[in-house]
Amino acid sequence: MKMDRRTAMIGAAALGAGFMPRLAFAADMPGVSASEIKIGGTMPYSGPASAYGADGRAEVAYFKMVNDQGGINGRKVNLMSVDDGYSPPKTVEQTRMLVEQEGVAFMFNGLGTPTQTAVQKYLNMKKVPQLFVATGADKWGDYKHFPWTIGYQPSYRVEAQIYAKYVLRTKPDAKVAIIYQNDDFGKDYLNGVKDIFGDKYAKMVAKDISYEVTDPTTDQQIVILQASGADTLMIFATPKFAAQIVRKVYDINWHPTQFLTNVSIAVGAVIKPAGVEKAVGIITGGYLKDSTDPAWDNDQGMKDWHAFMDKYMPGADQTDGDYIYGYAVAMTLAHVLKQCGNDLSRENIMRQATNIHDLEIPMLLPGIKVNTSPTNYHPLRQLQLARWNGKTWERFGEIIEGAGA
Amino acid sequence: MRAERNPLLIGLAVVVVAVALAFLLSNYHLFQLTMVVAYAIAILGLDMLTGYTGQISLGHGAFYAVGAYVAAILMANFNVPYWATLPVSAVVCAGFGFAFGFPALRLGGLYLALATFALAIAVPQLLKYKLLEDWTGGVQGIVISKPDAPFGLPLNQDQWLYLFTLAVGVVLFVLARNLLGGRIGRAMRAVRDHGVAAEAMGIDIALLKTRSFALSAMYTGIAGALGAIAVQFVAPDSFAVFLSITLFVGLVVGGITSLSGAVFGAIFIVFLPNFADQISKAAPGAIYGVILIAFLYLAPKGFAGLLRRLVGPRAPHLAAPASSTPAAPPRPARAKN
Repeated sequence: MKMDRRTAMIGAAALGAGFMPRLAFAADMPGVSASEIKIGGTMPYSGPASAYGADGRAEVAYFKMVNDQGGINGRKVNLMSVDDGYSPPKTVEQTRMLVEQEGVAFMFNGLGTPTQTAVQKYLNMKKVPQLFVATGADKWGDYKHFPWTIGYQPSYRVEAQIYAKYVLRTKPDAKVAIIYQNDDFGKDYLNGVKDIFGDKYAKMVAKDISYEVTDPTTDQQIVILQASGADTLMIFATPKFAAQIVRKVYDINWHPTQFLTNVSIAVGAVIKPAGVEKAVGIITGGYLKDSTDPAWDNDQGMKDWHAFMDKYMPGADQTDGDYIYGYAVAMTLAHVLKQCGNDLSRENIMRQATNIHDLEIPMLLPGIKVNTSPTNYHPLRQLQLARWNGKTWERFGEIIEGAGA
Repeated sequence: MRAERNPLLIGLAVVVVAVALAFLLSNYHLFQLTMVVAYAIAILGLDMLTGYTGQISLGHGAFYAVGAYVAAILMANFNVPYWATLPVSAVVCAGFGFAFGFPALRLGGLYLALATFALAIAVPQLLKYKLLEDWTGGVQGIVISKPDAPFGLPLNQDQWLYLFTLAVGVVLFVLARNLLGGRIGRAMRAVRDHGVAAEAMGIDIALLKTRSFALSAMYTGIAGALGAIAVQFVAPDSFAVFLSITLFVGLVVGGITSLSGAVFGAIFIVFLPNFADQISKAAPGAIYGVILIAFLYLAPKGFAGLLRRLVGPRAPHLAAPASSTPAAPPRPARAKN
């Protein structure tokens, strides 16, 4: 008697935890019904990277607005955005839940390089589109090996290409020094510079030097770089180190033209700790409009965004760039779905996602356009440079594009 | 006689149900259950050290990570078949645990907890270390392939992997039951309850503690290898410090010094985050916390304690024998040093 009850309880616990309703859908268009298309996404709503969860919340809110306005081609967009805590095993579990249990049409804007790497092989084997992943690594454009995976934002490598192009154009005889973080993040940048300088790399670059994430300080590297006689410094460092570097360069009275990765341009986390006046003149690149930049006060795109935020995300911090990013990428997806028409098969979704021509998104800087093709899986490859003037990042010059597609 | 037969039958019934599930559930749920089995083994390993021997560890995620990486490196770089990676992971982690056991000897209670916690913080960074990068793949980690069922068995990959993991789990649980129920298990509990008395009875405390560390790390390492094979991917971010805390939560929620508790704890840590996420996207962490606090309030001795309480009063004539099973000593769920 006792045994039976226990067994039953254990069985019931296992079953109860496991079973969820399963839905039927057309075999050739998974996740699509006459009135709805179901989409999946994983986001770090909890855990160490939970600040990025704003991105996912903006996307869900955006499609709520789209649905309130009648949906896309008569279908509501149901974005199921779930938490993976920035933990790759959890991403695998959640992605399988969305693909196998919920039967989503595709995965959209999953966030994080390690997390998305964990499911890339799985999604490509299942031929489920992995659209517009939210990571800056360059490897998401590998259409030959992973034809079902496409990136979104300008990769670190593209960003470095743009700085190198600018140097070549404005100061062809520059002597460049580079400091980079010794991991895939830093090496993407180094590769970008190499792409542009090519044979001239040895001549242009006086010294490149790396640091480890575990290093307590980068002071020594900066002194070595100064001794190389360089007049231009490229800083490919994460925020903590970027702040150290900017300050050290100023303190040893070295005044090169400085380029700083846009990963590390946050005023609170980098510029203030380094010293607001010590950072004056530093150049970086961006592609999104900044809601704190007064230049956009009368911009229709920005006004629409504020209206959207007020209505669909009341109380959210409108200076947080992640909401702008989420809105822009959701808008790009909406364009793809419109372009799909009534054929929402996974093949056609992938075909349309890799067939975007000069798409303008109101929250991208004017002139920056989304472009993809079957051999270009990097939708955004342009930046506009900006310079720190002691108060804000002031944009200047024209839009610069990375190396050929 | 009865007391001997009952747990055996229950165990058999659980295994039969678990095997049957392989043919009833979808692949996704089988993947989840595979992770449950892996975490249950890891929690069992933690329980041997923290529950039975009274050595608090907040760093078992480190052993889990090492086991996972050993399996992944062997599979990706040396083409070792998945099943052959388990003994290697076991040996490596046992050695790692044994070595860590020596400095841990000098540390008691909270100090040991902190030392092991430091281990959990250090390991993800060490995995990114440049000299190891050729093997570990640095921050990118290692992608591995999922094994097919052998001998042409009519099972898909998820079914096979679940059954394989389950089989390994059953063997490890049976071994643990025999070990913990016997002389060594009694010695471990004696050391936990009163070190001096245990020593007076002839127990070599240093040897016992280091061996417990080795054994515990070995179990958790095997769990890590099984988890890595199921997830098909390892990266430093997979084994962040929160993993160690999660295992500890599983241990306490499941019920300390209880084999069935390890399974319940594993079910809890696999399914609760999903549940919390369904309730609120804004603050799943807060929901998780509230549920955890409520649970610990309602069931201070974990699932295993709750079960005993629910079953106990209705079958009073069985209460006494039940508590003499190795799975259910009536000790409070509190570790002493």
